[in-house]
Amino acid sequence: MAADPLENVFLTRLNTVASWCRKHSLWPMPFATACCGIELMATGASKHDLARFGAEVFRFSPRQCDLMIVAGRVVMKMLPVLQRIWLQMPEPKWCISMGACASSGGVFDTYAVVQGIDRFIPVDIYVPGCPPRPEQLIQGIIDLQARIQKHGTFNGPSLASPAATPLSALPALASSDPGR
Amino acid sequence: MTHDVTLKKLNDRFGAGSFETSQFRDNFRLACPRERIAALLKFLKDDCGFDLLVDVTAVDYSNYPDARDRFGVIYALLSTETGERLFVKVFVNDPDLTLPSVVPLWQGANWLEREVFDMFGIRFDGHPDLRRILLPDEFAAFPLRKDYPLRGRGERHNFPVLSRTES
Repeated sequence: MAADPLENVFLTRLNTVASWCRKHSLWPMPFATACCGIELMATGASKHDLARFGAEVFRFSPRQCDLMIVAGRVVMKMLPVLQRIWLQMPEPKWCISMGACASSGGVFDTYAVVQGIDRFIPVDIYVPGCPPRPEQLIQGIIDLQARIQKHGTFNGPSLASPAATPLSALPALASSDPGR
Repeated sequence: MTHDVTLKKLNDRFGAGSFETSQFRDNFRLACPRERIAALLKFLKDDCGFDLLVDVTAVDYSNYPDARDRFGVIYALLSTETGERLFVKVFVNDPDLTLPSVVPLWQGANWLEREVFDMFGIRFDGHPDLRRILLPDEFAAFPLRKDYPLRGRGERHNFPVLSRTES
């Protein structure tokens, strides 16, 4: 029985298929400095099982990672380290700011604590919480996957710059969660 | 825990009433004039059995009611033989913020004195390696002083900004 060749062929764009591959094999760089790091570990462990979303391969070398998860407060002595690690990661790369401290400094409004990492490095997804539960981080990764699918290009930068992308063009957050 | 034996030894060596003492619950304090701190700590270690230096820390008494001095440096001592604890307090003032280092007595004082220097700017004469321990070397202030603003002087904002196009 000869198969109809047209049934085994589909047409797509290179950008779409490259983004589809990338979003299902995110390799996180755990930049965990505080209690958010504990929730990050729980997210990767068996109960919440980040592997279901293709993002379980935590690597401690920035050269092997494409997703930096900044979990916890970053102090002024640590920020040059954070920036260096970010620069060492190969393109395309994304950044999740996990928790109140990484996103805004949290309650630590002191001379030593950076008031939000997005002042000094680009951030794609913010996960609120103090610390966020693993479900929230997973939701953040799902949202990032949606953005990668929509805005990723085959050989371009990670995402179009936020300034060039009007908010209305971004996918609605939590669109992948039918329960909301 | 009584401190009678230690007090008697101190009185015999330095003379009665040489040090101000005070007590809060089981917390026994000894205030020492700055000139005598080296001799006192050496005597406490060598002759009174305080073989462990638990902590060295400091207090800034700016705006503190009834305070006569700017900084107090506190040595927390413990005798591992008897379990006796003693807190020795010594005061220093601008412009001469120096104290003799106790690293020759207790090696563990090395990092403790560096931390006091890092946070308060109190220098320790004879310390083998007195540099900042927690803050970056280029940090220009002593942040635990009360005249230093809580949010700093812009140190936390003084970094290059990486954008998508640059990185």
